[in-house]
Amino acid sequence: MIELHDVSRIFTVGGQEVRAMDHVSLDIMPGEYLSIMGPSGSGKSTLLNIIGLLDTPNSGTYLLEGRDVTSLKDEELAAVRSRKIGFIFQFFHLIPRLTAVQNIELPLLLAGVSRKERTSVSTRLIEEFGLRGRHHHRPDELSGGQRQRVAIARAVINQPAVLLADEPTGNLDRTSGAEIIDLMEQLNKNGQTLVVVTHDPEIGERARRCIRVVDGRIASDTRMG
Amino acid sequence: MRPFDTIGFALISLGSNKVRTALMLLAMSIGVAAVVLLTGIGNGARLYIVDQFSSLGTNLVIVIPGRAETTSNTPATLVGQTPRDLTLEDATALERSDLVNRIAPINIGELSAVWHGKERKVPVIGSTAPLLQVHHLKLEQGSFLPEEDTEIARPVCVLGAKVYRELFGQNAALGELIKLGGFRCRVIGILGSEGRSLGLDTQELVIVPVAFAQMLFDTKGVFRILIEAKDQHSLERLKKHISRTISKRHYGEEDVTIITQDSILTTFNRIFKVLTLSVGGIAAISLVVAGILIMNVMLMSVSQRTAEIGLCKALGANNTQVMVLLVTEALLLSAIGGIIGLLLGFAGSWVIVQFYPTLQTTPPLWAVAAAMGTALCTGFVFSLLPARRAARLDPIQALARH
Ligand SMILES: Nc1ncnc2c1ncn2[C@@H]1O[C@H](COP(=O)(O)OP(=O)(O)OP(=O)(O)O)[C@@H](O)[C@H]1O
Ligand SMILES: [Mg+2]
Repeated sequence: MIELHDVSRIFTVGGQEVRAMDHVSLDIMPGEYLSIMGPSGSGKSTLLNIIGLLDTPNSGTYLLEGRDVTSLKDEELAAVRSRKIGFIFQFFHLIPRLTAVQNIELPLLLAGVSRKERTSVSTRLIEEFGLRGRHHHRPDELSGGQRQRVAIARAVINQPAVLLADEPTGNLDRTSGAEIIDLMEQLNKNGQTLVVVTHDPEIGERARRCIRVVDGRIASDTRMG
Repeated sequence: MRPFDTIGFALISLGSNKVRTALMLLAMSIGVAAVVLLTGIGNGARLYIVDQFSSLGTNLVIVIPGRAETTSNTPATLVGQTPRDLTLEDATALERSDLVNRIAPINIGELSAVWHGKERKVPVIGSTAPLLQVHHLKLEQGSFLPEEDTEIARPVCVLGAKVYRELFGQNAALGELIKLGGFRCRVIGILGSEGRSLGLDTQELVIVPVAFAQMLFDTKGVFRILIEAKDQHSLERLKKHISRTISKRHYGEEDVTIITQDSILTTFNRIFKVLTLSVGGIAAISLVVAGILIMNVMLMSVSQRTAEIGLCKALGANNTQVMVLLVTEALLLSAIGGIIGLLLGFAGSWVIVQFYPTLQTTPPLWAVAAAMGTALCTGFVFSLLPARRAARLDPIQALARH
């Protein structure tokens, strides 16, 4: 479903080249649960951003569901992001002045979905994600774990082809972190393709496939049980 | 994104920083209120002037000796002759027309008036009985000029209220003899203490029969002839009739200028429209200042909301959508500020009307539309720069900040 062929991403900072991704090739199948690990600055986030179409490679090709998305224009990129990609961030990135429901519905709002339809989907997600009674709470009235659950609900509301999480537990205590991982694994069990970047080996090793990135290259690609 | 949702989202953004929003609304509304109020005052002044002239009767035609335009190349002008005077005979000739309702020849000069040793310089108007109606004068005591042959130089006079007070004080004046430029004449009437027309204060006037005035001023001509048309629609025909009659009498020379109240009115109207437009324009500058404020505040707001903008992009918003969101915020500010400004402006003009009822400061519709239009335009134009900056944000870097 996701096919990266020989993809490189080079940043030039002060005349110096930084190879954040160095000739990376990677295939991800539908329904897979994949973790990306590696030292800081190895290029994990860069890889995730390229998969999520927030960044474009300097060379190589990227096929998403068979479609070449390597060099799309802004409008097309945004449209693909809107329909195919769900993002989860370390710092939640909820909009502080919006309520939980409004945050969850944001992707549908941007996509021009009617209010009625939005409400019906978000109500279901709020139930599913254990956020009942929190509809109209603003982010600062929610716990860290609840915030991340709102963020996950927001990420999956448009039924994306792939859910991308960059250090989703990085800003949570152990128990809330575990809850979040459980929730994402539950989504994966229901068929959701899932890619998680993490520093935590305990979390990384729970995935059925684990990739190690070092210096912008894939150092190992292990499938478990 | 649906338009309604865009507006809702923008409203939430505006509501989240109330002080900032209030400041921008204030700036916008002051600008709009200034435009509305100033154009209202300008327009009020215009209406006042127009009203003053209209009260004189819009079917008045004024004939003045000499051509206003210097286009004629007649033998008379070539040899440097001054234009032929208008005479009382001209006036009499003009009167013989169905188109004419009343006619009043006029002479004007300044003479000293003396009664019992008290002396005063007064403007003296020589005319005929119809002047009373033509100029809408009010008589306080006695009678106006007698209805008789205009050629009769009867030595009588009608005094303006102020002249009467200054010469006679509390004494009765009717029937008294005063000396006007050395000639004795009898006071037959006194004008009411109101009225001001054609730039002359009727309170300070002395009115005498036109033939008597010609004698006083030692002239055979008349200063001008006022003609009241039967109705307003025949003004053009009347003007033609006048120039034909005069040129017949003046050996083919059309050596008079014919002015209608209408044309004077039109001129004043135009002058005041331009004036109103310019004060409105000056006020509109304050709207541009408001626009610049909006731009600065929005630039600040964009840098504060970097992460949010990056997030929207990550969630599938394209650059155009991001721009539309921010421009919508500015347009909403302009629209709401504009409406508040309109209310303020109308309230202000209402207050002015309470204090100066003669000045109808109701702002003209075009000014209201122009003020709102300018407000929306400045909001739009000045939000483009911040909106473009937001649209160009790199979502990864935007999200990295938190
Ligand atoms: N916008 C950028 N400009 C310049 N260099 C960048 C940029 N983004 C990333 N890099 C560089 O690319 C390399 C990979 O960065 P990346 O953020 O992908 O690392 P990471 O594996 O996610 O690290 P961490 O675990 O600390 O999040 C780093 O050396 C980083 O400095
Ligand atoms: Mg990273």
